[in-house]
Amino acid sequence: MDLYEYQARDLFEAHDIPVLAGAVASTAVAAKKAAAAMGGKVVVKAQVKVGGRGKAGGVKLAEDATDAGVKAQAILGMDIKGHTVLQVMIAQAAPIAEEYYLAILLDRAHRNFLVMASVAGGMEIEEVAHSQPEKLARVGIDPNVGISREQALAIVKAGQFPEGVVDDVVDVLLKLWAAFVAEDATLMEINPLVKTVDGRIIALDGKVTLDDNAVFRHAGHELFIDHASANPLEAAANAKNLNYVKLDGQVGIIGNGAGLVMSTLDVVAYAGEQSGVKPANFLDIGGGASAQVMADGLSIILGDPDVRSVFVNVFGGITACDEVANGIVQALEILGKSATKPIVVRLDGNNVLEGRRILDEAGHPLVQQLDTMDGAAAKAAELAAK
Amino acid sequence: MAIFINKSTKVLVQGMTGSEGTKHTTRMLQYGTDIVGGVTPGKGGQSVVIDGKTLPVFNTVAEAVDATGANASVIFVPPKFAKSAVMDAIDAALPLVVIITEGIPVHDSAAFYAHATEATRLIGPNCPGLISPGLSNIGIIPGDITGPGRIGLVSKSGTLTYQMMYELRDFGFSTAVGIGGDPIIGTTHIDCLKAFQDDPDTDAIVMIGEIGGDAEERAADFIKSYVTKPVIGYVAGFTAPEGKTMGHAGAIVSGSSGTAEAKKVALEAAGVKVGKTPSETALLMRQTLNA
Repeated sequence: MDLYEYQARDLFEAHDIPVLAGAVASTAVAAKKAAAAMGGKVVVKAQVKVGGRGKAGGVKLAEDATDAGVKAQAILGMDIKGHTVLQVMIAQAAPIAEEYYLAILLDRAHRNFLVMASVAGGMEIEEVAHSQPEKLARVGIDPNVGISREQALAIVKAGQFPEGVVDDVVDVLLKLWAAFVAEDATLMEINPLVKTVDGRIIALDGKVTLDDNAVFRHAGHELFIDHASANPLEAAANAKNLNYVKLDGQVGIIGNGAGLVMSTLDVVAYAGEQSGVKPANFLDIGGGASAQVMADGLSIILGDPDVRSVFVNVFGGITACDEVANGIVQALEILGKSATKPIVVRLDGNNVLEGRRILDEAGHPLVQQLDTMDGAAAKAAELAAK
Repeated sequence: MAIFINKSTKVLVQGMTGSEGTKHTTRMLQYGTDIVGGVTPGKGGQSVVIDGKTLPVFNTVAEAVDATGANASVIFVPPKFAKSAVMDAIDAALPLVVIITEGIPVHDSAAFYAHATEATRLIGPNCPGLISPGLSNIGIIPGDITGPGRIGLVSKSGTLTYQMMYELRDFGFSTAVGIGGDPIIGTTHIDCLKAFQDDPDTDAIVMIGEIGGDAEERAADFIKSYVTKPVIGYVAGFTAPEGKTMGHAGAIVSGSSGTAEAKKVALEAAGVKVGKTPSETALLMRQTLNA
């Protein structure tokens, strides 16, 4: 999961990485109060999980607490690339002398972790890598060994940091690595890492991504789950432990296995190309899905007002098709008259004949079965186009 | 012949005494896989009867190898304990370790991948395993979809593997390998492509990828330089939006990287025919084999 900037700041602070005072506010009044407590000039920053907020007008300098309230008022509710600003961070303003870059991330290609360090910060690191590659140090880290002080020193020197800040930046890098490991992060980026006019090294802005798979060993990470900005259908699906992503089309999709569901989205999109019909969601009911999981999934999708037809696409590996069929029948019983949208079902694999028989026998007027994935996708798209 | 596993592969099941382990051990035995024992720390010395076969349980992989001559293991232990199970198998220098477990923290996968030596091939995690039809089946791939044949298959996705085996069931497969959908995996598309190219009993290869990372692009480079057998490709996730994880932890489009389109373009540049859908992919393979 991606964290907001203020959450990244708090996490850095908890790991002793130098940051400025910062507070989060969701109203102008709270923003003003936070700025007053901080004193002096502050920066009001939109909290959105998308880049380019500065250019969009989501970061403003405020002269005093009253001004911070005014700026917060202007920023709260803004739309930045489709993300509504629900919170602002009030951060102490600091006179900046220089901007640097420091990050640790998961390197999929090399299957280890990568440190990137550069004296050129404050801009997109891709740009530095392209225009001034000699100023960017990229060093792979063995996860079982970690980073020694000597190695950190070599990295910081390779990133061409000026002599006067090397020791401080080495300290930050070692603390960042400790935090990266302790929090099961897949990305911790400080951009910019700044030297203030009075010579302090401070993490001014940070991006953090934590591993969802590691939540079981970090009780505190549950607090980072973003309930407020989640789509209500995603929140409802999440509460039922369903792997669901809301999309912007009209055909509800349920399948088993991430790859098959992604493929189903594509096939439906192709089938709907002429009529402008698209998939309404991603929903993977997973391996070994029970009737209950199927019923939960179907109720979420039938509750989506954008959905005009549903496509259930299951290839039974571990999942048995009779379980899936029972799930559909049960879900329709529970939903009763509130279920009004046509459901196209394609079953294959484990226990397929029994699955098809159960659906045939139930003979629900909303349900129709097709033999192939392509045929079923075309039917679902056609029904949604009506 | 086949790749990675055959009739003489002797398999340990790590986590055999758990419910998933027992269920799939039963299925593998019924298929004819040579399961020789299980490993569950703390339960060493016991034995369990699964599908009529008495199987010894050991505390460590090394003990199990000494006693049984096992040369592969399949791991069904929960995410919390998966790292130590894999480390145990690596320390015993087991030649093949198949990690079925879904939901392993990526720091743990990075740690066991870094710990692995040349002696051990890791497959997975978060994968369905692999099957050499008629010879051996390690993992959770249904054994009754199709039989032996001369197509090799490598895929990030379990159910797409099943779908493709089903579409091409009249041809059959030498080996089908599910390499898993996590950001860090052991055996890659490239490793499988190389093994299929070198396998005299594989005539053509289906490669199934999905959004996220650049494994397919790197595989395309490899195909250009090494693979002379026909490769048919499929990539899932053309319509996936940016920044959303689609089920698999590794399946996410970040900015302009990791898109299905970029992967398709790279594969086509390497001479790979890429299907738009699973059925079109199967059709391309059919045309290739019948040409």
